Amino acid sequence: MALTREQMAQRVARELQDGFYVNLGIGIPTLVANYIPDGIDVMLQSENGLLGMGRYPTEDELDSDMINAGKETVTARPGAAIFSSAESFAMIRGGHVDLTVLGAFEVDQQGNIASWMIPGKLIKGMGGAMDLVAGAENIICTMTHASKHGESKLLEKCELPLTGAGCINRVLTDLAYLEIKDGAFVLKERAPGVSVEEIVEKTAGKLIVPDHVPEMTFDAE
Amino acid sequence: MAGFDKRVASYEEAMEGIESGMTVIAGGFGLCGIPENLIAEIKRRGVNDLTVVSNNCGVDGFGLGILLEDRQISKILASYVGENALFEKQMLNDEIEVVLTPQGTLAEKMRAGGAGIPAFYTATGYGTPIGDGKEVREFNGRHYILEEAIIGDFAIVKGWKADRYGNVMYRHTAQNFNPMAATAGKITVVEVEEIVEPGELEPSQIHTPGIYVDRIIQGTFEKRIEKRTVRS
Repeated sequence: MALTREQMAQRVARELQDGFYVNLGIGIPTLVANYIPDGIDVMLQSENGLLGMGRYPTEDELDSDMINAGKETVTARPGAAIFSSAESFAMIRGGHVDLTVLGAFEVDQQGNIASWMIPGKLIKGMGGAMDLVAGAENIICTMTHASKHGESKLLEKCELPLTGAGCINRVLTDLAYLEIKDGAFVLKERAPGVSVEEIVEKTAGKLIVPDHVPEMTFDAE
Repeated sequence: MAGFDKRVASYEEAMEGIESGMTVIAGGFGLCGIPENLIAEIKRRGVNDLTVVSNNCGVDGFGLGILLEDRQISKILASYVGENALFEKQMLNDEIEVVLTPQGTLAEKMRAGGAGIPAFYTATGYGTPIGDGKEVREFNGRHYILEEAIIGDFAIVKGWKADRYGNVMYRHTAQNFNPMAATAGKITVVEVEEIVEPGELEPSQIHTPGIYVDRIIQGTFEKRIEKRTVRS
């Protein structure tokens, strides 16, 4: 079975380490905040200018001056800091954020990512995505492995305009967890009940399959 | 106005001198921390052919979105313009030129403009359509593109508290682009919720020192929420 959005968030959350500063993109990455393991403290960065994003506010806490990068009303957790957008992108571009999680349309075996523009469709903008992928050493890309029509999104070469070049080293899809290394995808884990054959079939880019590919488990959560 | 007193008496006076064809840098992120009354004054004046520099372009009927109604904006530099039907229509009809600019690059363009730095190298956008036609240089084995600074004829800014010398503090995440915008205007106009006497603001807590500010005005604000998310 392909992973649900929640399971994808759970799997990404296992990559969090105590003391990490983390930027979570919109969509599945946002859900990762719901699965932070016990005993691990992470500080969430919101690129409009908030380090230490808290929960959504109660009705009483609601404040129009307190929003996240998705423009949702939020709170600041104890120990948070608030600053300008220039300061925020200084920490992003300067490589100070420990982990960035974001979605994509396509990723390729060279670590290129396309996530902001489909020619011929309405272009809304890249927001902070280009800065995030250019600045982070440690990025996990979350996406479905293939389109609804079965076309692979893990490619030899991205077809859509890029968000960043050579910057992605880890991908979690609904079928598999992969690393990108030396111009190839390396299959590290597969979703429960998903065969290596299916992943091979749905990966258009060069794929290295180790002898043993463990299955992800979710029962403990 | 006398000495360092930057206060003006009306919004009309606050935007005096704005003309068609000018570049206006606006603070704000989404609808958070936007100079909503200064935008309304630009609408009232009917100036057009404006180049606007702002992370977003408001929504239909609020914020910078109201300047689209009479086609006052001919060009915009923004990182994300997705929440606005009128904007999409004008963009698809080529009635407005859109220069999509990565958010951090946009912030840095304003910061550099205000700081006397004409251009800067950044890795953001290298290898993407944003880097097309821009100078590339390699530093320590990595590629960077040259991005130019921005200076506005006007910068319009939303603060929380200011003293009459134009020292400004922002509230929570309404800070966003406002401090950079404030530095990058040939004429910088700041509207705030409260103007206090000099000495009432703690000097070390001031975000925008008054040297950057030409005019300040106290206003009342709707502060509309774009996405109301609450927990029960």
